[in-house]
Formats: sequence, C-alpha cells, structure tokens
Amino acid sequence: MNSAIPFSAQLINLFAAVILLLAFAMLAQRRVLALINLFALQGLTLCLATLVAAVTTGQSHLYYSAGLTLTLKVLVLPWILHRLVRKLNVKGEVEALINIPTTMLAGIVLVMIAFNVALPISELSHTITRGTLGIALAVVMLAFLMMITRQKAITQVVGFLSMENGLFLAATSATYGMPMVVELGIALDVLVGVIILGVFFFQIRDQFDSLDIHHMERLKDN
Amino acid sequence: MTSLLPIDILLIAACAWLAVGLLGLVAPRNTRFISKTLFPLGAAIGMVAGFVALDSLGGPAQTAVLVIGLPDLPFHLRLDNLSAVFVLLLGFVSVGISIFAAGYFRKGEGTAPGLLCLEYHVFLASMLMVLLADDAYAFMVAWETMALSSFFLVTTDHRHEEIRRAGFLYLLIAHVGAIAILLSFGVMTGGAGDYSFAGMRAQELSPFWASVAFLLALAGFGAKAGLVPLHVWLPEAHPAAPSPVSAMMSGVMLKTAIYGLLRVSFDLLHTTIWWWGVVALTVGLITALFGVLYSTVQNDMKRLLAYSSIENIGLIAVGIGLTLIFHAYRMEGLAALAMTAVLYHCLAHSAFKSLLFLCTGSVLHATKERSLGKLGGLIHRMPWVAWLALAGVIASAGLPPLSGFVSEWLLLQSFLFSPGLPHPWLNMVVPVAAALVVLVAALAGFAMVKFYAIIFLGQMREPGLKDAHDAGTWEKVGLAWLALITLLLGILPSTVISRIDAATRQLLGAGLGDKLHEQGWWMLAPISPERASYEPMIFLVTIAATLLLGRWLVRHLYHGRVRRTAAWDCGYYFQGPRAQDTAEGFSQPIRRIFEPMFRMERHFPTARDAQPYYSVKVEDHFWHWLYLPVANAVGRVSTLIVALQGGRIAVYLMYSFITLLVLLLVARP
Repeated sequence: MNSAIPFSAQLINLFAAVILLLAFAMLAQRRVLALINLFALQGLTLCLATLVAAVTTGQSHLYYSAGLTLTLKVLVLPWILHRLVRKLNVKGEVEALINIPTTMLAGIVLVMIAFNVALPISELSHTITRGTLGIALAVVMLAFLMMITRQKAITQVVGFLSMENGLFLAATSATYGMPMVVELGIALDVLVGVIILGVFFFQIRDQFDSLDIHHMERLKDN
Repeated sequence: MTSLLPIDILLIAACAWLAVGLLGLVAPRNTRFISKTLFPLGAAIGMVAGFVALDSLGGPAQTAVLVIGLPDLPFHLRLDNLSAVFVLLLGFVSVGISIFAAGYFRKGEGTAPGLLCLEYHVFLASMLMVLLADDAYAFMVAWETMALSSFFLVTTDHRHEEIRRAGFLYLLIAHVGAIAILLSFGVMTGGAGDYSFAGMRAQELSPFWASVAFLLALAGFGAKAGLVPLHVWLPEAHPAAPSPVSAMMSGVMLKTAIYGLLRVSFDLLHTTIWWWGVVALTVGLITALFGVLYSTVQNDMKRLLAYSSIENIGLIAVGIGLTLIFHAYRMEGLAALAMTAVLYHCLAHSAFKSLLFLCTGSVLHATKERSLGKLGGLIHRMPWVAWLALAGVIASAGLPPLSGFVSEWLLLQSFLFSPGLPHPWLNMVVPVAAALVVLVAALAGFAMVKFYAIIFLGQMREPGLKDAHDAGTWEKVGLAWLALITLLLGILPSTVISRIDAATRQLLGAGLGDKLHEQGWWMLAPISPERASYEPMIFLVTIAATLLLGRWLVRHLYHGRVRRTAAWDCGYYFQGPRAQDTAEGFSQPIRRIFEPMFRMERHFPTARDAQPYYSVKVEDHFWHWLYLPVANAVGRVSTLIVALQGGRIAVYLMYSFITLLVLLLVARP
C-alpha cells in the first residue's frame, strides 16, 4: 500500500504529521515565548508542505501561498507577538484551566474524531494531499482546544493563529488551496486581527493590571 | 414640455419635496425662512400633486421605471386610478397641513426647525412613493422611509420620557406590520421570485395561499392603520407628536395603509373568498366600536381624536369587508357601492380629522393645555378656530350636510342590500352589523359633542384661558382650506363620486358613475332615486334658512325690553365655571353603560376624607390581555438566555467548539 504513494505525497504527509505534532507540543507548552516559537515552526512546516505540493503539481498560485505563509506566519506575526510579550512583560508560565495531561488526552480524542469525520470527505478529493485532510481538521480542533483551556489572552491569539494554519492546511489538502483572492483576504484579516488584539492587550492590561481573561468575567451584563 | 405625463410630474413633486426638506438643513435654526418660505413651498407642491392626480383620474394607467436602488432591481412606478385617488387625498390635505405648519412651528420647541422640515417633507415624499410604487421592493423602501420619518416626527420633543416611549411603541408595531406586509408580498410572488406588482397579478394562487397573503396583508396594513388589536400605538403617538404631524399621520398616513389593503385585496389577488370579507367586517366592527367607546371617555383632546381615528378606520374596514363579500358573490354593483363608501370615507376622514387635529394644535398653542378638564369657553377668545372646528366636528359626527354623513350614508345604503346575499348565514348576520355601525355613528356624535362643547363652549374652567389668542393668519388659512374641502365633499357628493368612480371601476369592473350622470350634481341616488336619495344642498339651504330666519325673528320680533334678574337658579346664587359639566362627568353615562368594555381604576371620595378627591383612569384591556403577556413571555425567555452568558471567554469558546463537534458528527454525508 505504502509503495503506491508517491514520494512527494509521503513528504507532504510527513510535514502534516509534524504540524500535528507541533500542535500537540503547543497544547503542552507552558511558556509563552516557547509557544510563539512553536507557532513559527508550525508555520514553517506548513510553508514547506505547500511548497512541496506546488513543486509536485506545478500550480503557480501555491508558490504565492507558500511565500505568503512564510512572510506572515513565520516572520511577521511571531515578531509582533514577541514584541508584544516583551512590552507587556508576560514571560512567565501559562496557566491552564485544565491540567496539561488531561488536555492531551482530550486532544487525542479530538484527533480520532477528526480522522473519522475527514475520511468520507478525503475519499471525494482527487488531490495528492488528500490524506492530510484529517490532520488539518485535527489541528483546527486542537487549536480550538488550546483557546478554550488557556487563561492568558495572548495564548488565545496564538491558538487563533494556529487554527488558521489548520484551515490553510485543510484548503491545500482538499483542493490545492483556496482562490488567491480569498487567501490574500484571509492573510490580511489575520494580520489586522493580531494588530487589533495587540491594541486590546494594552487596554486590557491598563484596565485590569493583568492579562488574565477571567478578569473580564465581570464585564457581563446582569 | 407637453410630453410631461402626470406620473412624471408626481415624481418631480416627490423630488421637490425632498429638495425643500434638504433646503431646511441649509439654515436649520432660521425659523423664519423655514416656516414662511419652505413650508408654503411644500404646500404649493402638494397643490400641484393634488391637481395632477385629479386630472389623471379616469385616464389610463401610466408606468415608469426609476433606475435607482440595487443593481438589476430598479423601482417600478405606476399611476393608476386607485393611486390617483389617494395621491389626490395626500396632495390636497397636505396643502392645508403645510400651510398650517408654516404658522405652527416656533422657535425653541424640541428638534431644530430645519431638521423638522426635512423629516416632514421626507415623510410627504415617501407617502407619495408608497402610492406610486409598482413593485414590492420600491413599496417596502418607501413604506419604511415613511415609518422612520414619521417616527422622528413623533419624537420631536424627545426630551420627555413618555414621548420616547410612545415613539418606540410606534416603531415596534410599524415593524411588526412591515414584516407581515413583506411576507404577504413574498407569498404573492408564488415562489416565482418576481417582486413587481405586475408579476404578482400574473400569479394564480391556490385559495389557501391567497388567504394567507390576504390575512398577512390585513395584519400588516392593519398595524399601520390601527385595527384592533394592533391599535395601541395610535393613542400614544398622536398626543406625543406636534399637531401638524398628528394631522398628517391620522389624515394621510393611515390612508396609505388602507390603500395598501385595497391594492392587495382587489388588485394583486385574483380570487376573493367570501370569508375574507367576514374577517375584515368583524375586525372593522370591533375596531370601530372599541375606538368610539374609548374616544368618548378620553380627557385628553388629542387622545380623543386618536381613538376617533381608530373608529373611522374601523368603519373603513367594515366597508372593505362588505365590498369583499359582495365581490366574492359577483354582486359588482353593490360592491361598487360599498367601495365608493370606503373611498369617500377615506377622503372625508382625512380632511376632517386633519382639521380637528390642527384645531387642537391651535388650542394647545393658545392655552398650553391638552386636558379637556382645564379648557372651556374658548369660542369667545378663538372664534376662528372654534367655527372652523365646528365644520370638522359636524363632519366627524356624521351629520348632514358635511362630508362624514355622505360616506356613512353610503355605507349604510350598501348594508341595506346585504339581505340579498346568496349565503344563508351572511344574509341574516350582516344586517345586524349595520345596527352596530349605526351605534358607532351615534357614539361618534356623542364624542364629538364632548370634544366641541368642553373645549369651546360654556365658561372658561381656568382663569389663564382669558389670555388665549386666536390662531395666526397662516393657521387660519390652513384650517379654512381643510374646512372648505370638508364642505365641498359634503355638498357635492355626486361630482366627487363621478371622479373617484374610475378607481372603483378599475378594481371591481363596475361603478356608480353612469347612474349619477343622469341625475345632476345636486342629488345623490346611488341605486335609484325611488329607493334612496340625498340632496345635501337642500339640507344646507334649510339649515341656513332656519338660522337666518331665527336670527331675523329674534332681531325684529323680540320686544327688546331687557330685564336682568336672578332666574330660576335652583338655589345656587353663584354659577361659576365649576358648576359646569366636566369632561369626566359628561362621559360618565357611557362609562356606566359599557362598563365591561373598559378597565377602570376609580377612586371615590368618602364622607370622612379631609381632602376629598375623585379620580378615574381608563385603560385599554388589550394591554392586559395581549401586550403584557407577550412582553412578560419575552422577558422570561430572555432571562433563560442570559444564563448562557456566563462572562467567561473559555465558556463562550466552548459553545462554539461543541457546536462544531456536534455538527461534524451529526451532519455526515
């Protein structure tokens, strides 16, 4: 069975597996700076996976996608986040709502669900990358899980960005990427979103002297 | 320029109204410029629109396409005879109101005059566009513009809590109505996706869907017109609004809803089912009876008029119901008679009710008082307003020789033929409804006597009323114009009916016109002179002659020896204003007789009270039966939903996450 899969597809599968591994690593990581580095690494892997797909299929717009991923997710966003962390002085540990081992177990369950759900969809697809659809979905869910279980606002942003990575991988694996316009739009959205959230962080810290989101619970309307 | 069609002129009129409104923004605080230049200009445009509509009556329908709005979705416009009747009404009545408004709006009252001028003229232009619209899209855009501009006009004095509340209630019910209308249009497209009225006419709906469309339209337009139980905004919004605005809303805007109902039930829907008429008739009767009963017990003069508007709308709905019944049984001649009564009552009511609302505006300006209990004897200080109001009161009470009598008489005439209906129950039950209509007419007379007598006759109840002054020239002209329309509608019924007959003919394929032409302008005999006829001139001449004769007799036969003495004064040496009947006292018999219809909170003085007082508060049953339960239910559901809002972002994210998971697991291919 394995011999039937071409080398490039195996390479893409490898990269996808690395992305999934990195998603688990992010779920387990307690330190904010290390988390950002892991995110950059995930972006790099995603970029490589896209590049391989581009070389194999010869689709030119995938090159642009790869370039976009490289600039945005490997260079710009991690840099912005690093700066934010340094300015806001939140180097310490990331407190999780649920302890890490439990989160990991939940993550494994999610991966199983994701693979199960993605199976019928990837059968419909004819791309060489279709095997990675389950992984992409799993990355989205793990990122979502990270957003739910973390206390600090900044880790939630990282989770949000990681979810976008998963979506990107899903798009690439199912249909060789979204149309260029959509991709550009999403990239811009993510960039603007992070900048706005950066502004919010400062406001939140000014207001509550902390970035813990549980302080915002009293904002609710009674 | 000879090629300018009436519809083009009307479009220009709508644009001109908008332009006049925008000009008001140039100098929003310059009261003099706005009231003495812009409002008369608006009146002139109204006059043009009225005459153009009058001229186009009886002519062929004209269409136009306006390329504005969304791409591929232009505004279709159409001027046919039905629209023309209502444009006529809008044009001529707005002339009087605009002229009055020129003298009414003063400095420093609520919204800046420039803004008011904009809202007022946008309101006018949007009503014109409602009447001209020929597709659901243009209709809804104009309809909502109308609702919004009138909302801002109602909340002119938005610093008062209760006025904001009234405005909110109005906007809420307007939206509920708009949703129903939109759904009705949606049903009428029959799923073809063609939202032009021409497309709806071409649809052949099954009886079920046609009924759904009709009921939705009845609910939607009924909410705007004030049919029970969606009437509650009327008595709140009318007192809150400035008087010219109340006049415009009651006189003209309510009629646009009637126009919509007529358009849907007789033009857009092909089939007519007899029970639609029964529904409209029943709702109309309940509305009329409810409105007139509540109007008799009001102590605020504008609320009294607002309830009276509800009553009149009820009568119009009764007429529509009767028309539907006759139309369903293909008795087109009788349907035409009832339809004529409907259209005539629309015209009559818009003139006399605007007149009365404007009179209350003059009284309000002169006395700063809206409560009937603090007015009285104003005929001595405000003779112009009092005499012109008398015209409105007589018409509203349905007395000859003015306009209200003609339409109510026509309505009752058409009731007299209902025993001929080929349905075993209808021909027995519908004549009973006629008795209720007569009761309503009598009670309306009672309410109008109360309105007029308490405000204008008797002695002044408060010392401050001595400083009251009569209306200014602009106001007098505006009032006189509306009184003139009321008079003309009263004494020239045949002439008017032969003009508006074109609309009846268009909707029903039959009219009254032919018979009327044979008779001459002084006589109105809708079926045949042998059966029933009405000669308003005879009434007018008789009344005038009696008055003149009485005056002459008093002047010339009276001996002139005046002897002043204490008459039979029942032991009361002093007969001051306090000895007069009060507004509450006057309507006490009605409150007694119809006690179950009201929700009253009364406080009676006892013999031991140090400071005895009497108070009575009449409330609307529908608040407690319908509105409060709905509001409470919404409140309870909201508290349940608030429980979802824990304030924790993690929980919110969890909601999305669980939704995602469930969707992924459930929605399998």
